[in-house]
Amino acid sequence: MKNLISMRDISKEDILKLIDSANKIETGKVKVDMSGKLAALLFFEPSTRTHFSFETAVKKLGGNTFSMSGTSSTSVKKGETLADTLMTISMYVDIIIIRHIIEGAARFASETVNIPVINAGDGTNQHPTQAMLDLYSIQKTQGSLNNLTVGMVGDLRLGRTVHSLAQALSDFNPTFYFASPRHLQMPAYIKDDLKAKNIKFTELEDIKDVMHTLDIMYVTRIQKERFAVLEDYEKVKDSYIITKKLLEGVKKNFKVLHPLPRVNEITKDVDDTEYAYYFQQARNGVFMRQAIITELLNLEKH
Amino acid sequence: MKKKQLKVDPIKTGTVIDHITAGKALQVAEILNISNSESEIMVGINLYSKKMGKKDIIKIEDRELSEEEAGSIALISPTATLIIIENYKVVRKFFIDVPEKIKHHIICPNPNCITNIESVPTLFFLAGKNPVEVRCSYCEKKYFIDDVKFSF
Ligand SMILES: [Zn+2]
Repeated sequence: MKNLISMRDISKEDILKLIDSANKIETGKVKVDMSGKLAALLFFEPSTRTHFSFETAVKKLGGNTFSMSGTSSTSVKKGETLADTLMTISMYVDIIIIRHIIEGAARFASETVNIPVINAGDGTNQHPTQAMLDLYSIQKTQGSLNNLTVGMVGDLRLGRTVHSLAQALSDFNPTFYFASPRHLQMPAYIKDDLKAKNIKFTELEDIKDVMHTLDIMYVTRIQKERFAVLEDYEKVKDSYIITKKLLEGVKKNFKVLHPLPRVNEITKDVDDTEYAYYFQQARNGVFMRQAIITELLNLEKH
Repeated sequence: MKKKQLKVDPIKTGTVIDHITAGKALQVAEILNISNSESEIMVGINLYSKKMGKKDIIKIEDRELSEEEAGSIALISPTATLIIIENYKVVRKFFIDVPEKIKHHIICPNPNCITNIESVPTLFFLAGKNPVEVRCSYCEKKYFIDDVKFSF
């Protein structure tokens, strides 16, 4: 692997290798040395959490970072092309981590510069490190990625994390339940991909009836702004709020995942149950990002 | 039979693009940039075809198509066949395969795609055959071929 741009570029073997590497880093079985190396964190679209997570990952590996956040910084406002900005920065650093509102910006970056590029989110398109940390979290809690029953709940139309995760899991024979309001269903192109791979999936408006079959429930936020009529939102919103009561009778290995930040879609009382996993999930993100940087920079392991 | 197919004069040397989906000839003509061409060109629209009911046809005198041009034609009309004529004789006749990769010629319809912002040639991959669908390698959005615009 030279870059990490899209889950479409990643094979099943790559996924398993990165999970294994993240695990070795987390458990201290390997120590990686990134000292003397510099990562550029170019957040043309700001995202505090992803930014912190990458920064933590680089620093825990012993490397250094410099950061840019928002489009107003540096030369962007002077009308310099993205290509020139990237090319210049690539002269200073060893790896570029880029987040941009424009779709395809990370792939373009990887074709422009001669150092590794990690996509930290490009518009509505891809966010592969999120998908990888989700997979790592699933592997850790279930012991395997194979043959799992996964419920995805909330805004499935615009949530790129659920799109990437559905695609990534499709190499591992999952059974999916997609629960969303009718106009926020999983987009056709994702369902087409799943059909082409013979993946079993069912679309529901309410997850309640299948709770007892799930190994994983992945929750995303439904934003009020997505509804043209406020009444429609009021009608459906409670069906997509995960409460402690909803979790009665779930499987022992069941876990709730959420990309965070949450607003009210998972109630506080879920946090204290053994099923809540979203904060550990965020923590897993650091190990996975360490593993990805290690792989792309071919860092020495001890 | 022969008479019925060739309502326009046969060409001496050049290329016939036959079995173009009826109504698509002008789009094909655009790809081949024939309005700026010196060659003699005949375009037939809604001609009778035994196989297809109706078809379009283009005949171009003294010009052989590049592989890339042929591929682009297949995108617009997957049924098209190419016939190479020398001295009024058919020397080669073949179907055109829809290319797996299309460089430059498709404009990505997604306004938020990097290809519409930075100066970078587009690259699309074939994502479905019947009907033809293509996927932008940058923004990864998938489109029906009828929904994209071309630039040649
Ligand atoms: Zn595009």
